[in-house]
Amino acid sequence: QDNRVSIWSAGDLGNAGLNGEYHGEPHLLCDIQHNGDVMDMQFLDQERMVVASSTGTVTIFRHHQNNQTLSANHQWEKAHYHVDQDTSCGGAACTGVVCNNPEIVTVGEDGRINLFRADQRDAVRTIDNADSSTLHAVTFLRTTEILTVNSIGQLKIWDLRQQRNEPSQIFSLAGDRVPLHCVDRHPNQQHIVATGGQDGMLSIWDIRQGTMPVSLLNAHEAEMWEVHFHPSDPEHLFTCSEDGSLWHWDTSTNASEKPSFLHQGGRTTAYLSHSTINQSVVSAWLSNDPTKDRMEITNLIPNQTLSVNSLDVLGPCLVYGTDAEAIYVNRQLFS
Amino acid sequence: TDTVPPQVVPGVDPSARQLCFAWGPAEVLVCETLFDRAGGSRSRCRSRSPCLSRFWGEGGAGAASRALTGSVAGTGHGAPSSSRVFVVRRDQDIYIQTLRKLFNESHGIFMGLQRSEEELAGKSRKAQLVQVSKNYRSVIRACMEDMHEAAVSTRDPALQGQYSTQVSILSAMELIWNLCEILFVEAATAGPLLLRLLDWVRLHVCDVDSMVREVLSSESPSKHKLFWNVVDVFVLQGRMDEARHLLSKEASANPTSMNMYKILDDLMKKMPVPSTGNTQTLTELELKWQHWHEECQRYLQDGTFASNPHMESICKILLGDEDAILEKKELMTTWYHFLVTRLLYSHPTVKPVELRFYAQSSMDLFLGGESSPEPLDMILMAAFEFEMHQVIKECSIVLSNWWFVAHLTDLLDHCKLLQSHNLYFGSNMREFLLLEYASGLFSHHSLWQLGVDYFDHCPEYGRVYLELHIERIPLSTEQKALKVLRICEQRQMHEQVRSICKIMAMKALRNNRLGSALSWSIRAKDAAFATLISDRFLKDYCERGCFSDLDLIDNLGPSMLLSDRLTFLGKYREFHRLYGEKRFPEAARLLLTLMTAHIAPCSFWMTLLTDALPLLEQKEVIFSAEQTYELMRCLEDLTAGNPDKQKFQDDDVETTKVEMLRLALARNLARVIVKEGTVEGS
Repeated sequence: QDNRVSIWSAGDLGNAGLNGEYHGEPHLLCDIQHNGDVMDMQFLDQERMVVASSTGTVTIFRHHQNNQTLSANHQWEKAHYHVDQDTSCGGAACTGVVCNNPEIVTVGEDGRINLFRADQRDAVRTIDNADSSTLHAVTFLRTTEILTVNSIGQLKIWDLRQQRNEPSQIFSLAGDRVPLHCVDRHPNQQHIVATGGQDGMLSIWDIRQGTMPVSLLNAHEAEMWEVHFHPSDPEHLFTCSEDGSLWHWDTSTNASEKPSFLHQGGRTTAYLSHSTINQSVVSAWLSNDPTKDRMEITNLIPNQTLSVNSLDVLGPCLVYGTDAEAIYVNRQLFS
Repeated sequence: TDTVPPQVVPGVDPSARQLCFAWGPAEVLVCETLFDRAGGSRSRCRSRSPCLSRFWGEGGAGAASRALTGSVAGTGHGAPSSSRVFVVRRDQDIYIQTLRKLFNESHGIFMGLQRSEEELAGKSRKAQLVQVSKNYRSVIRACMEDMHEAAVSTRDPALQGQYSTQVSILSAMELIWNLCEILFVEAATAGPLLLRLLDWVRLHVCDVDSMVREVLSSESPSKHKLFWNVVDVFVLQGRMDEARHLLSKEASANPTSMNMYKILDDLMKKMPVPSTGNTQTLTELELKWQHWHEECQRYLQDGTFASNPHMESICKILLGDEDAILEKKELMTTWYHFLVTRLLYSHPTVKPVELRFYAQSSMDLFLGGESSPEPLDMILMAAFEFEMHQVIKECSIVLSNWWFVAHLTDLLDHCKLLQSHNLYFGSNMREFLLLEYASGLFSHHSLWQLGVDYFDHCPEYGRVYLELHIERIPLSTEQKALKVLRICEQRQMHEQVRSICKIMAMKALRNNRLGSALSWSIRAKDAAFATLISDRFLKDYCERGCFSDLDLIDNLGPSMLLSDRLTFLGKYREFHRLYGEKRFPEAARLLLTLMTAHIAPCSFWMTLLTDALPLLEQKEVIFSAEQTYELMRCLEDLTAGNPDKQKFQDDDVETTKVEMLRLALARNLARVIVKEGTVEGS
């Protein structure tokens, strides 16, 4: 298998034409061989990124911008493993990684949580058997607390300051223990958390209260692989799924100004309800009164075929990758 | 159809050694045995596909370079001999990095075609199909460019050779496809047919491009030594405007030939060609053309161009003089260029059915017995003869990968051009080729996902093939397993779902990931496995005296109902929790229910009864009389049912336990009778 980690340039912003269209395709700047499947990755800082591998290894790559090369900066081998660290085939896939420079947290199929520091050779802390099932994703709740989701449908909060190897809180779905695959926290309001499940359901949780989600939104027809709040505009949420669709969830007040029968050419839109609301105090995500809330949901992919595995969003740009070995860049997200 | 001739694995000598082979999911292992061949019987290794895939441009050497060689010293029989193991793999091409774009993009086009509306009839449907064909071709061209880039930028000469070969093969594929598009998909009629063929030739005969560029970019083109060659090229390809433009340069440089030039220019300008619109009928065109032809004839016979041999030869070409055209063989480079030029200047209103005769004679005249036709020539000839099946068959033989024939045949099938040419094992040609192509994809660790969609669109055998292939995909990560499962679930392949979930659950169990194992059995609704997992938990508890993975057992939720054993596990844990919270009456009730409702397995009753002991020994009476009688009954059931069970007789601990229980139960009964008999407050 020839897996590579690559850096692409999506072109300059200055290249926009008259209508703001983007000219030219993303082109490859540099790449480097990677052992095993890339399960997750995140930028650590401007130059370094952390990559999680299906072999259980976590690697920091550095991008040298002067000569456009990538090099492996640091590696933690067998960060995730089954049973015995020394057996050759004992590696377990590392399924999720999240960074808060210089701290790096990883989770894996072995149910283990690792806390690394970018400059230290050994793990700062390891919680063995943190979970009896696979941990699918991790994200920071606060600088000292993390959220994990697992394959028996539980959302757990871990306090890294405490030495005990138990989660400080466990949340779970009411009905069947459907595995949760992804988690993201609202950028500004830290008590709002979104998770995506194997049945394509989007769940919004308020972790200040209760152990069950605030709202369950029937979304995709298959596994939801990733969910992301827009980092600077958190009234927008993006989810992508195995069913090949990528949905844009819009709870901003602008959405309510449009007449309800408007059909955006080429996009399919669905509306949850119809009236306007003053949303300044309570976040639209937590409001579970359907008559008061309006949410616009758009599928951003016109001809869907294979799974959309991953997405990321920053400013007006959205990038996503599919199983058809294609990367798409949308630079006019809010036009 | 036996479209692939038998192949022998290179490097193997079947006449010297007996061979054995074993099938793998995507490969065949061929191994030389120690045994010499006895007698001169025919080689058993001459088996047909999928024994070997031809490596493009390298004859049969490809597989040997990929074979695993390992020496095994012989045992016993005399001199030690080394045996080799060959890994023979089909479809090497799917591992070529630069072709992946071809496979992925064409998959998208294929899916679009399958989903496209069949209700569109006539012209709009045809236009749609032509667009699909053009899309396929543009993907081939894009891939060609990538391959060319790779060839130019690589420093490894072997790789460079490989890439260059592939560029030429892709180019040939596009050539054939383009012709098929013109003749079959678009089914161009007389008139437009010639225009399409002209475009086709202009697009694909590019050997002369550099010469053209050179002349055009020089300071005074008419002085260039290749000037007349370029003019001839333009005339041969019917590019009249460009030819006239160049000639005007010559005329201005050479005023003496101004008269000749004017006449020639005029002839070229007036030449009637089929129009793209419907502005003239064929008969009109023929009439005009006849007049024009006669006019050219007159000028030639008058000796107008006698003083300039170049112009005279051009006039002869305009008249369709075969010898004159043949003189420019090097400028045309191929017989099909010659064919189109001939048609342009002698039969511009050629009908599709007439093509075959002109094609055959063109090839004969052009090759002139010096060289024999190559496979590409035969394929094109078959196309001109409208022998679609022949085209597909020849392409299957020559190309080492099913991509081309599978997609082309599918397109032709959508054009309703292939009769259901039933092959002896039942499916038609389109399905056969798609099955072969998709099967090839399945041996790739990542392209198999494309193969799934192809199987979906093979009505007869697609599902069976999919069922067989999908179980053999290596499931290295959970995410991959989930993708495979989703595919199976969407197609109601329940057997495969169960089997995959079992595999993943067993793996999880071996790695002591009990929660994962449970998660997989819930997905498959596999009660038996859930029971297995629960037994594992219970075993752990009995051995260690405490539960592992409490986060799982405490949070089972409705999945508890999947299996009785699992329900018991959940309830049992609940009992422990109640006990820990000192809610003794509830705990007692639960414990009793577990036994009386037969939720607990018989093997566990002893443990449960032992758990009841501390409750019986409490200061406060917990079990009511009823409950105590029940407990006693349970104990008697347990001991009475197996009087000769060794466990009870040999094990002192067990007998002691039973005695203690009996004592405790009796004492509790006594106390509770007294308590219940006492009137409160007296």
